[in-house]
Amino acid sequence: MNVTMLLDMAADGFGDRIVAGTREEGFTAGRLRELAAGGAALIAGSGADSVLYLAVNGPVFPVALFAAARAGVPLVPVNYRLGAEQLQHLIGNHPKALVIADEGQTAAIEAAGLAARTPDAFLADVAAADAAQAPEPPLDAEAAAVIIYTSGTTSAPKGVLLRHANLTSYVLGTVEFASADDDDAALMSVPPYHIAAVSNTLTNLYSGRRVVVLESFTPRAWIDVVRDQRITNAMVVPTMLARIMDEPGLDRSVPSLQSLAYGGAAMPRRIIEQALKEWPHVGFVNAYGLTETSSTITVLGPEEHREAERSSDDAVRARLSSAGRAVPGIEIEIRDEDGNPVGAGVAGRIWVRGEQVSTEYAGKGSSVDAEGWFDTRDQGRMDADGYLFIEGRVDDTIIRGAENIAPAEIEDVLLRNEDIADAVVVGVPDEEWGQRIEAVVVARQGVVLDADALEALRQNVRSTLRGSKTPDRIVAWPELPRTPTGKLLRRDVLSRLGKD
Amino acid sequence: MTPRPGATLVSTTDDTVLLVVRWGGADAEVTCGGAPMVEGRASDAGARQAADPAQQDGTQLGKRYASDDGEVELLCTKAGTGTVAINGTPVSLKTAKPLPASD
Repeated sequence: MNVTMLLDMAADGFGDRIVAGTREEGFTAGRLRELAAGGAALIAGSGADSVLYLAVNGPVFPVALFAAARAGVPLVPVNYRLGAEQLQHLIGNHPKALVIADEGQTAAIEAAGLAARTPDAFLADVAAADAAQAPEPPLDAEAAAVIIYTSGTTSAPKGVLLRHANLTSYVLGTVEFASADDDDAALMSVPPYHIAAVSNTLTNLYSGRRVVVLESFTPRAWIDVVRDQRITNAMVVPTMLARIMDEPGLDRSVPSLQSLAYGGAAMPRRIIEQALKEWPHVGFVNAYGLTETSSTITVLGPEEHREAERSSDDAVRARLSSAGRAVPGIEIEIRDEDGNPVGAGVAGRIWVRGEQVSTEYAGKGSSVDAEGWFDTRDQGRMDADGYLFIEGRVDDTIIRGAENIAPAEIEDVLLRNEDIADAVVVGVPDEEWGQRIEAVVVARQGVVLDADALEALRQNVRSTLRGSKTPDRIVAWPELPRTPTGKLLRRDVLSRLGKD
Repeated sequence: MTPRPGATLVSTTDDTVLLVVRWGGADAEVTCGGAPMVEGRASDAGARQAADPAQQDGTQLGKRYASDDGEVELLCTKAGTGTVAINGTPVSLKTAKPLPASD
């Protein structure tokens, strides 16, 4: 079982349907299979043991993914925004790679002793290659299909090894073959080195849905593409939805949109409530997952969003802040510090098990325990109905005095304020308490936060939570340091706060 | 046979290829068009066997088939003309409850 099987099924089932790119210039499923075969011949002929992809997303990405799969080597999408030193280090892990890179990356690649092709040059070479020379895809489902480096927001980047078995299990467990309508189209706004880009390529192809890529996100560009390409399904990270909702003067009508999935970071309640109101015809899907779990492991579906929006029951309304329930084939346990499972509603560390869960970090060994359980290092709790609530990374937990405090709880209260667009809470080293709580907020466009407003915000947290969870200091910044995929860089917040 | 989940079964009477999604332990014979299916690639199927004209209901691409007790689940990755049966009993089409698209 190789992910090539998914492409073969698509090409056999709906070979004439455009699956990658615009309606005008995209590839059909049949063409994608031909190009994957040509690409596999090229890779096999070059003797490469992996394919590095350092370019923006686009129709060449699925070609590279399936060509590598057919050639039996992993695709390694790398963050093209990394600094030269980190980039050279990652490239150095793959000395025999075939490299596809945008022009600006050439220097770092040549410094590592490799040659690069631009996406266009790769495509031209693939089209010219003799597809008949393509090797048969290996049957070994345990072979590596993709290696994705974690974003490294809390530790050094690790290469997550996703096997063909992990990825196909995820697709077969969550998607019905050819279930999309002929003219369905998905808009992808995350970069190719994000797990969602890989899983999105596979699940949309398998369901028969054309994928359109937005190279660089702005609220206006996103709305324009949705309208122009009649997008039915889209996936965004929370900061993107927040920017779309907060952009002044933007006409946000998106009549073709049927489904909007979001994930990758915490979604402020105010933003999702506004989006539900603004787009009553859209089905919202919150997905929680990690690179190590081949993407989604829990889903809060469209009906659950609407039920929560309408409900007067606080427990049901609270589900708008939940990541939903486990997808088929995934088991979740919340465990305490000693590794024992805890009951419903009790916070602890989130552990997960299932076929789609990666079991290995490249070059670093196993990532699961003897029973196959993976420690997400995320903090969370599960209610009696199986709804999972994420409370942030374990490593971000603030220990003030002897009390463990999850920054997410305080951030949530700050973000309920209409004038606040973004917020972060961190633990700053403190001689008396070990750590003291400090917060940084970003005002909504057009709002000025003076000292009185910040003090009012502090009092609001005190009355909602309690004294020990009230930030000792709140400051306002024009923006927070986040990765392009919306993850907060808490380390950077902490070091900047020290200089304030 | 007792194939592992992830194994591929190839028909010897038509083009049908099935992926084993679940296999509940017990040994069983899987046939398509009346002749045993074999594990491996299409090229491993060997010479074509004669199909049973009474077992020609066909297989549908992308559909899931299950044994009555639910112990075996198979996914059709290449369609054909034969009827798939486990120990002589035709499998039934399994309807999945689709999840919302999440990525």
